Amino acid sequence: MSVLPYLVAAWVFLAGCYGLAASRNLIHAVGCLSVCQAATYVLLLAVGYRDDATAPVYSDIEPGSRPVVDPVVQALALTDVVVGATVTALLLALVVQISKRHGTVDPDELSELRG
Amino acid sequence: MHHLLPLLVAVPLLGAGLLVAVGRALPRVAADTVGCAVSAGTAALVIVLLLNSSPPRTEWVGGWTPVDGRSVGIVLVGDGPGLGMAALASLLTLAALTYSWRYFEEPPRRHAGSYPALMLVFQAGMCGFAITGDLFNAFVFFELMSVVAYALTGYRVEEAKAVQGALTFGVVNSLGAYAMLMGIALLYARTGELTMSLIGRGLDAHGGPDALVLASFVLVLTGLLVKAAAVPFHFWLPDAHAVAPTPVCMLLSGVMVELGVYGAWRVYGTVFSGPGGVPAADLERMLVVLGALTAAVGAVMCWYQRHIKRLLAYSTVAHIGLFLIGIGVLTPQADDGIALYILGHAGVKAALFACTGILLDRYGSVDEHVLHGRARRQRAVAVMFVVGGLGLAGLPPFAGALGKSVAEEAAGGPLAVLYVIASAMTAGAVLRVAARVFLGLGPPPPDAGEYETTGSGEEPETRGRLGFVPDTMTAVPALLLAGALAAGVAPGFGETVARAVNEAGSGGAVVPVHWTPYGILLGLVSTAVAVGLAALAVTRPRLLAAPDWALPLRRLQSGHVGDYVAWLLVGATLLGALALPGVLGT
Repeated sequence: MSVLPYLVAAWVFLAGCYGLAASRNLIHAVGCLSVCQAATYVLLLAVGYRDDATAPVYSDIEPGSRPVVDPVVQALALTDVVVGATVTALLLALVVQISKRHGTVDPDELSELRG
Repeated sequence: MHHLLPLLVAVPLLGAGLLVAVGRALPRVAADTVGCAVSAGTAALVIVLLLNSSPPRTEWVGGWTPVDGRSVGIVLVGDGPGLGMAALASLLTLAALTYSWRYFEEPPRRHAGSYPALMLVFQAGMCGFAITGDLFNAFVFFELMSVVAYALTGYRVEEAKAVQGALTFGVVNSLGAYAMLMGIALLYARTGELTMSLIGRGLDAHGGPDALVLASFVLVLTGLLVKAAAVPFHFWLPDAHAVAPTPVCMLLSGVMVELGVYGAWRVYGTVFSGPGGVPAADLERMLVVLGALTAAVGAVMCWYQRHIKRLLAYSTVAHIGLFLIGIGVLTPQADDGIALYILGHAGVKAALFACTGILLDRYGSVDEHVLHGRARRQRAVAVMFVVGGLGLAGLPPFAGALGKSVAEEAAGGPLAVLYVIASAMTAGAVLRVAARVFLGLGPPPPDAGEYETTGSGEEPETRGRLGFVPDTMTAVPALLLAGALAAGVAPGFGETVARAVNEAGSGGAVVPVHWTPYGILLGLVSTAVAVGLAALAVTRPRLLAAPDWALPLRRLQSGHVGDYVAWLLVGATLLGALALPGVLGT
């Protein structure tokens, strides 16, 4: 087992968080949130990976003849993609409305809610 | 009977699908009726299941039962706490839908079904989160209810504040959810299971806790505490609650945030409480420290708000802190108390939001200073607002007061003092608002400075300002308050809740839950302090105005989404640091 994919997942997550915290544009911020989510894909697929294993599709291989990677995490990653698409679409729609109502997409200039 | 469990999610989802499919052709009354009927039907089903929940039953959806102790199926757990939260969510959804009966006069693009459909999906998400026994499903339902909540918060897309609050809410909560998913992936890597109870067994089989267990615990708890709005994850909550439509606020504050606390209780108790999980002392340190911080920050910030919805939102933050302390001390008695406290708080807080909504739609403002003395004629609303304030303080015999007194006795010592102070401060702020707005007492208060959110310039959520208040809008808060009161006085209700919670949580330990002289005394003390604070604030506004040391605390609430993300990372680090000693010690 290699540690590298796990380090990559952590690094991608933190890079996304850094982007979110330092963002000067809300569209960029929503993109950074997707980067954070990409870290979960990397982690899920890394968890299910096995050396020398193939895809868990039994239409062309005999069950038990070859090791296969874990199909559960792939199902999880697919669900995760669906969730992510919903969130990103909704947040981008909100950014469009913010741009219309506030005339800016720079989070530094949104100052209506504070204190 | 337990085969009906999946229907709690399926029925509202199907109802929402129906409303989306035919909502365009439906007249407004029909869409609202369908929404209320489906929500009420689900609520009735939850209550029937709740009455039959002893002993707790589980249901493997689709018959995918575990083979040789390993499972790939999804399990739903029908025990007292889960079904109780689902019942609370369903009843509050029904209350919110009734309150908003023909509420938004102009649905977007004349699609009358969209609002009740979103509310039904919200109900499905909350019910699903409450009854799931599968950790990944908990994440999915968590995201489902979050996404609907973002959409409902930004429902009035023409409002500048509403879309900003919804975006902040969305970014922070989704980031928390992804952290939780990272934790779930790590747990799956260790145990090969997604069912909570089997993960717990897998961790115990592996031996003592190590870095991986700690990391997954911190990540999962980060997600749940973001939902629960514990300090320093709480910044999204006031921004979202101040701008969401009032009926949505009733749900957000009344039950969605509490589901985060419930999730933390459920996940710790089922997954991490064994020898392979996180030691009890660490969890206690973590939740009590965070809870005390949350209660203190929430109470102080609540006191200095002039935007009434924001004030109520901070009061929710303060009470969440008290709930976290209660589940953190890890005694069966405190669990019972918190369950009752959550029920009582939900009724009172939803009623207070409902009253604020009447002010907004009648006078076009939710600002304490602007509304000074203007609502003198709203006698019924005034009475409900004051009763709600007293209920928030913990005046016996409200259910919240009973729960609070039980939790205070379990927590004991200085923590009980914190319970009294935090509830008295938030209730004092509510009573202060009531005295100024409904009675016009005291001089008009001075403006505190620039760094605050005022509640003026808000658009009423109905078409134009209401000339008179519809019966549904006054009946709902009255019923909610009556429910909170009835749950406190009904003989045997506390015992029933306690038995259901203990059956699921602490393995059937039976502890008495009833009014004690000590509890009644503390309830009366916090009510008296609340009334005293309100009287002092109204008659001597300068005496209790924001001191200089409170200003930095207010500046932290900057409305900047990047700051909130940075605080989320700080909070996750803090959680890790607080849980570290126990893992190092083994």
